Amino acid sequence: MTTMPTIHTQTVRDVQKGEILLEVKNLKMYFPVTSGLVFQRTVANIKAVDDVSFFVRRGETLGVVGESGCGKTTTGRCILQLYKPTAGEIIFEGRDLTKLSTREMRLMRREMQVIFQDPYSSLNPRMTAGNIIGEPLIVHGLVRNRNEYKERVGELLEHVGLNPYMADRFPHEFSGGQRQRIGVARALSVDPKFIVADEPVSALDVSIQAQIINLMEDLQERFSLTYLFIAHDLSVVRHISDRVAVMYLGHFVEIADRVEIYRNPLHPYTKALLSAVPIPDPIIDAQRERILLAGEVPSPLNPPSGCVFHPRCPIAVEQCSQVVPELREVEQMHWVACIRVPGYGTP
Amino acid sequence: MAALLEVKDLRTYFYTFEGVVKAVDGVSYEVDEGETLGLVGESGCGKSVSALSLMRLIPDPPGKTVGGEVLFEGEDILRIDMDDMRRIRGAKMAMVFQEPMTSLNPVLTLEKQLSETLQLHKGMGREGSRQEAINLLARVGIPDAERRVRQYPHQFSGGMRQRVMIAMALSCNPRLIIADEPTTALDVTIQAQILELMKNLTKEFGVALIVITHNLGVVARYSDRVNIMYAGKIVERGLAREIYGNPRHPYTVGLLKSVPRLDQPRRAKLDPIEGHPPDLVNLPPGCAFRERCRWAVEKCSKDTPPLMPVGDGHWAACWRSEELGPKVLEFQAERAAEQEKTQPRFQPNQPAESKQP
Repeated sequence: MTTMPTIHTQTVRDVQKGEILLEVKNLKMYFPVTSGLVFQRTVANIKAVDDVSFFVRRGETLGVVGESGCGKTTTGRCILQLYKPTAGEIIFEGRDLTKLSTREMRLMRREMQVIFQDPYSSLNPRMTAGNIIGEPLIVHGLVRNRNEYKERVGELLEHVGLNPYMADRFPHEFSGGQRQRIGVARALSVDPKFIVADEPVSALDVSIQAQIINLMEDLQERFSLTYLFIAHDLSVVRHISDRVAVMYLGHFVEIADRVEIYRNPLHPYTKALLSAVPIPDPIIDAQRERILLAGEVPSPLNPPSGCVFHPRCPIAVEQCSQVVPELREVEQMHWVACIRVPGYGTP
Repeated sequence: MAALLEVKDLRTYFYTFEGVVKAVDGVSYEVDEGETLGLVGESGCGKSVSALSLMRLIPDPPGKTVGGEVLFEGEDILRIDMDDMRRIRGAKMAMVFQEPMTSLNPVLTLEKQLSETLQLHKGMGREGSRQEAINLLARVGIPDAERRVRQYPHQFSGGMRQRVMIAMALSCNPRLIIADEPTTALDVTIQAQILELMKNLTKEFGVALIVITHNLGVVARYSDRVNIMYAGKIVERGLAREIYGNPRHPYTVGLLKSVPRLDQPRRAKLDPIEGHPPDLVNLPPGCAFRERCRWAVEKCSKDTPPLMPVGDGHWAACWRSEELGPKVLEFQAERAAEQEKTQPRFQPNQPAESKQP
């Protein structure tokens, strides 16, 4: 049994930054494609996440970027055990989550929470904001009586910049930004250590996005949270993350410090992705070199052989279609999976 | 260059049970031949409604274009009858919709969908229109067009479908294309492909283009002029480099500053626009942005500011736009100094939706 956190939101946890909180080893998530009505046979596998390894340090934000369908959401869901991974280990505070029983996992859920992408569909329209935020408190038995419950819900609403009297309102009475604040408050309710934020701002207007990002940063500092921040917007990810991982078709292709990855991207996909981000200034944007990738992301049902990026890669050589490159640390704290990168060594 | 499209004081209202929603309330602008205009604003600001009004595609009831003129090639297309409008729509003015997933007919092949406009407007026969459909698909970069033209929309990816939509819009050599959030549903690398394609095609065919988007970055590179909309009105309009380099409306300033930028060093804190957009039902008089504005004064809640010239080909609807240039610089310096010393960063009990002091 792990020791359970008591409700102590005002005191900041003693955090040793740098210690590894979560480690993912060789994670694989294959979704079977079945055929036949009665006797469903597996005819193929969608390799949504294919052999991914990384770690997240305590107190840091690891940003995961990639295009839709690259497996970033699946990775997040596997970590939370919302999907049962096909293979691999997910070690959270020294314990492998894939080996826990349902009961043990439920206790673990107090430590790790999720913020979903769409604030319009992720809140139950028939529950009040207060009940949405308070439900985890009851499920996990974190409050003893009605007063404590009410007090805690009010406190959580205040943490996210809403007013306690809003607890009686229904989701449709809130704007998009306010709804996402409710989603954040719900995640915070069990006082977690680790939060998977799955595109928390993508559905919001730009002027509201900045509000939520600032809120998440404030809360991280205040409650010593560790984030896995999933997004497709590279400028947002750079802003909020300490380290950034780039994902392509089920593989991590590059992981580095946020300054490093934007100043010195090594993988050709990262380079293309960065150059495709428009910059709101016509003069600067016109001067930038733009790498246009040909074609589109292949289907994960039938991924290319070798390096999955090779059919679109501007610098691919013949060998790329034969060997699957592994992530290697080519520079200090800078991992990349590309045999064409100088310093990568022999594949 | 002569103005191809002139919009004068366009007003489109929706009559709902809660009251009258002034979705577009007195919008004026023009588009020159071959020019690209960016129409930028947040959701609900009326940018899509203004585009649909130009095409006369507003559902009536509840919507109604209650005033204004839309001069297209000198003719007021709000006054002509629907049969004449149908001859213009698709032939001279075409539209690319936001969601390529839902705006194609799932039960018809692309050949059918592309040929329809060609047969209707150009009087082409079946064989001719089929050939033309194949040419068009090839034009927008769809490989193996001969075979693909016989396929259904679900057999295409998102980016490919958006290419099909563009092909459809181009099919009758229109003078003007209105693209409503053409890249919002797409991934960044595909977005770059589509924008590049649209730029090249508009240049090649000399088509004028109105790009509607909420992303200031998307239009920066491709627009000649930019209109910024807020709560049914244009609050700032001007040449793209003026809007981005020398914004004179507090909303534009706020939009530009609330997004993190890849080309600049990371800021410690983002600068959001506090609050949220106003309810368009029974909007009180005065500037609609004043509740969220850092520089609002008393006058702002009394009189609605009109679009006033603030520079060469540059208008802003703000009573204080004259002062705003130096004010923005001052504010930036203040903010930078503040960020260095702020401890602690988080202030509890301050409702985030409240107005900035």
